Amino acid sequence: MSSLISFTILGLFTGAAYAIAASGLVLTYTTTRVFNIAHGAFGMVMAFVFWDFSQRQGLNLFLSLFLVLGVIAPAIGWGIQRFVTKGLGEGPVSVALVVTVGLFVGLIGLAQQVWPPEPRTVPPFMASSGVQLGDTYVTAHQIITIVISIGVALALYVLLNRTRIGTAMRASVDNPELLRLFGGKPDTVAALSWAIGISLAALGGILLSSVIGLSYYDLTLLVINAYAAAMLGRLKSLPLTFVGAMGLGILQSFAVAYLPSDGFLAGTRAVVPALFLFVVIVAMPQAQLRIGQVKGIVSAPLPSITKSVGWGGALLVLVALLVGGGMSTANLLLVGTAATYAMVMLSLVLLTGYGGHVSLAQLTFAGVGALAYAKLEQPNLAGLFLAAAIAAGVGALVALPVLRLTGLYLALSTLAFGVLMDKMIFQAEFAFGFNGTLQAGRLSVLGNAIESTGGYVLVMTLFLVLMGIALLLLRRGPLGRVLIAMRDSPAACGTLGLDMRWFRVGLFGLSAGMAGLAGALFAGLRGTIGAADFQFFNSLPLLLLAVVFGVTSVTGATLGGVGLMLLPVMQSNNPGIAGLIFAILGFGAVALGRDPNGLANLMFGLGRRLQAVVLPQLRDKLPVLPGSRGSDDGEDADLADLLPTPLDTPQPPDSTGKVPAHA
Amino acid sequence: MSIPILEVVDLHAAYGRIEVLRGVDLAVPKGAVMALLGPNGAGKSTLVKVISGQKKPTSGDVHLGGVNVRGAGSEELARLGLCTVPEGRSVFPNLTVEENLRLMSYAGVPSEAVLDTAYSYFPRLSERRHQLAGTMSGGEQQMLAMSRALASDPALLLLDELSMGLAPLIVDELYDTVAQIAASGVSILCIEQFARTALRVSDYAAVMSGGRIVASGEPAEVLETMSDVILGGAA
Amino acid sequence: MPDHQHVAGADAPLLEVDHVVVQFGGVTAVNEATFVAEAGTVTGLIGPNGAGKTTCFNVISGLQKPTRGKVRFRGRNVTGAPVHRRSKRGMGRTFQRLEAFGSLSVRDNVRVAHDIHRGLAGLVRPGAKDIDALLERVGISAYADERADSIPTGTARLLELARCLAGDPKLLLLDEPSSGLDETETDDFGDLLRDLAAEGRGILMVEHDMDLVMGVCDTIHVLDFGSIIASGAPGEIRRDPAVQRAYLGYSDEVPEHELAGAGVGVSAVEETRTDLVPVGAASDATTVIPAVGATTPEDVR
Repeated sequence: MSSLISFTILGLFTGAAYAIAASGLVLTYTTTRVFNIAHGAFGMVMAFVFWDFSQRQGLNLFLSLFLVLGVIAPAIGWGIQRFVTKGLGEGPVSVALVVTVGLFVGLIGLAQQVWPPEPRTVPPFMASSGVQLGDTYVTAHQIITIVISIGVALALYVLLNRTRIGTAMRASVDNPELLRLFGGKPDTVAALSWAIGISLAALGGILLSSVIGLSYYDLTLLVINAYAAAMLGRLKSLPLTFVGAMGLGILQSFAVAYLPSDGFLAGTRAVVPALFLFVVIVAMPQAQLRIGQVKGIVSAPLPSITKSVGWGGALLVLVALLVGGGMSTANLLLVGTAATYAMVMLSLVLLTGYGGHVSLAQLTFAGVGALAYAKLEQPNLAGLFLAAAIAAGVGALVALPVLRLTGLYLALSTLAFGVLMDKMIFQAEFAFGFNGTLQAGRLSVLGNAIESTGGYVLVMTLFLVLMGIALLLLRRGPLGRVLIAMRDSPAACGTLGLDMRWFRVGLFGLSAGMAGLAGALFAGLRGTIGAADFQFFNSLPLLLLAVVFGVTSVTGATLGGVGLMLLPVMQSNNPGIAGLIFAILGFGAVALGRDPNGLANLMFGLGRRLQAVVLPQLRDKLPVLPGSRGSDDGEDADLADLLPTPLDTPQPPDSTGKVPAHA
Repeated sequence: MSIPILEVVDLHAAYGRIEVLRGVDLAVPKGAVMALLGPNGAGKSTLVKVISGQKKPTSGDVHLGGVNVRGAGSEELARLGLCTVPEGRSVFPNLTVEENLRLMSYAGVPSEAVLDTAYSYFPRLSERRHQLAGTMSGGEQQMLAMSRALASDPALLLLDELSMGLAPLIVDELYDTVAQIAASGVSILCIEQFARTALRVSDYAAVMSGGRIVASGEPAEVLETMSDVILGGAA
Repeated sequence: MPDHQHVAGADAPLLEVDHVVVQFGGVTAVNEATFVAEAGTVTGLIGPNGAGKTTCFNVISGLQKPTRGKVRFRGRNVTGAPVHRRSKRGMGRTFQRLEAFGSLSVRDNVRVAHDIHRGLAGLVRPGAKDIDALLERVGISAYADERADSIPTGTARLLELARCLAGDPKLLLLDEPSSGLDETETDDFGDLLRDLAAEGRGILMVEHDMDLVMGVCDTIHVLDFGSIIASGAPGEIRRDPAVQRAYLGYSDEVPEHELAGAGVGVSAVEETRTDLVPVGAASDATTVIPAVGATTPEDVR
């Protein structure tokens, strides 16, 4: 009995912290229609700032709190709304998602750069005090948190219902244009909501950091908990958000208390928010088909089939030359990795570039493909395609509950799905096992095993080329036209007789299948794979690089694949600025995210002019290219740091261990 | 005559490549009520949007009380004394009547005064002060919208299709209110599909067609030229 | 005078709207609207601005759930059916605010509609239907290779019609199809509507060009404040006093001589046809409705 009470109080405490963060999320989303995926990341950075003030610099606790919650967080919220997210609410959902994912990744990079990994602790408030409630000891920190959450709820109520600016905030949810005609300033209102929202994220982060620790990721993923809580109020109702947060907190606490601490069910303890989220989503009512076209989407030009076959052939020749040119195994593995990423990005070209939907867990689907391939132990084409089909089925399953809902919910569900797989399925005994790995054989085609790494990389490139050409054929065919039509006007598609719900599930499945195929090939390349290879978090830089390089074109995906492969290489080469590289990528995506055609489209224009002049010279230099591709020849040892291949060069200690590995 | 309260000079505006306003010239004298008539797609609502700062013109000028306000935001214009009642639902449906009224105080009038004025003109609103505006009938919503025009003592009142979708009796009631506002000396530009209803309260009328003003003058004159121009029917 | 004496079953009208009510909060947009559209005829749905015409269309096509009431299509109650299922049953519609697939070419817009109509097979193999003949029929083949977001509004409306026709619908719901068309184009469009009706299709059309409405419709329903206030042949509608009132406003304080000058609409409407209604100019769809026929002072009383 007493344990029930103590776990309830523990649950109320975490629930209170979730409620504070979640109410900030709801506030920013309702007033600006921009769902801030980086909400938790802001809370994380602010918790670090608070640590910096109160612990490292030794400022007074209250002064630190005031500086963070009253000055820095609101200023950042204000600035973000003014300079980053302004106007995003009216555009396509995918753009807003990509921009805030950019913030997400950028903030993590920033935190790692400014506060490199080292043990840090934020002591709880009034650490030594507490109250004895029967058999249960309640810490002062827990009481303070619960009291603060009630205070936040009251303050928000008073603000929104008893003040003119608060009324204006609600009015701005209804109709910002009309508010302007009234003489109100929707921009000011939006900036204020973001200021308050980020401040609440900071408060939630600070209150939790003494319990779950100052971790880059755990605090960042707070957004999922907040989102799950907010979904109960359909991202609109603050009271229901509080109820959702408290319920989630208690549920999580009970899961820790009463679920077995080993075996498969132990994994569920970490994914209660994600499960909670799926349950809420399944219970959501059907969304009405919206009339009104989505503006501002421009597509990259479609190359002719002969041209794309030509480029594909050129890529194959290039890789063949690399393989034939005696490239080191480590570098060959990097080329294979790039091909894998490029294929996963091709699946995003289909889903995001053509279909207008965003997946935040594409690498997880690759992981499903790899897992299936390894488990099937059929290293042949049948096994490969079966693995891809399994990934496709899982993708369809993820899309199924959100069948009736709009794009935002689908994207956010993939986020929850990624976490779920990461923490529960991939680590389970029947999968890779906790910190475990699986063996996967190299593919054999029609009975001919491809044992050499060079040959295998060539086969992977062939798959990449074939996948790219197939995608272009699909885009030119009826299916591609339907995809574009669906993106341009869902209402018209409906009245023409298209059941978009199932179509979306199919699209999601196909895209997941493509990622799964890439994952299966990757498993064969590496021979040994584990959950660490498909960490959910890495799906985000993958999405960002895909968008930066151009998520509407096959070229963009290919370049993006190379870019993503080089990312950890650059980080291990320059451990001092590993975080900075992430920050640049994230904030770069914030700047470029508004144009999904990315760098590739800029290149297409430039390329046409340069082609005549540069191409002949480039061809002469082809044999030299390997060096420029994998940075410099002399750095092979460094490049291979992240690869499991045994190398005779001594490996420097991986000081960027906390940076998620990409290889 | 003194400076017109509103003067629009050679105004052009476009949606993408489609030009909707093709050189509009229009002046509303101080203290006058002007009716703006015209057929579907003539550009009337676009003109309202440009005047009220909701849409940027491609060229031309808008003077409000002699001051060039081209490019000003709609909230600035509202604070300068331009009161725009856009077509359709121009209240916040998820706010109560009283909250709607309190937001009207942005135009510079204390919110207590807004409430007093609104409730004395429309006692029905007082009975429903705690009701959500969106749950009221269309006529009551339009009364609420008109309260802003009444209470804010605007320099210029811009009414866009006040009667849209409303029962005749209510339209009459609303236009009685417009007449009262006009009698208090407020200048009004009134866009209306029922020309007859609008002409009842107006001193001048203008007809818009094809993105231009094609006729203007006293209501009677305008009506005479209408057979040559267009009435789009709604006499 | 509504005329819905019909027997259910085999002779059931193509489309029946049965006491449909739509409320947005406290506002009743459609109030007990009841009317039918028969196969092989052109039916007009007219009424002043804000009368609830487009809301009716949304209810019929499934984009808006009615608060009460039923929609029957080809004898079956489709009130709760999703949009795409109604389409599969033979309902096509165009939009007042254009919903063309902007980044596809005009030809691909129609092709995609045809593919969707063919269902799964259409998504795998391109259809055999002669798309160009369809473009020719509605008169937009000159634009076949243009991107749909770069063509004039009137053309885009015809494109939406062609897109519907690719699915060979039994009922066409046309929302202001002629706005943006010039005089000759409107005449041709009227002929096309008659042709389509002659093929046995039912056409229900919201339209503000009274020349066109009076010229091509077999039956007209007049909607005012969300209710049908009159139904009948063009001649009857023209003379119906309730319709006159709905269109002309209700004030009786205006001297008659002013009305004499005012009741001229039709002859002058033509001038405006060249006007482009901008894409996405929501509020510019505000409509001043052309006079119902040539009214004389006597009529308006």
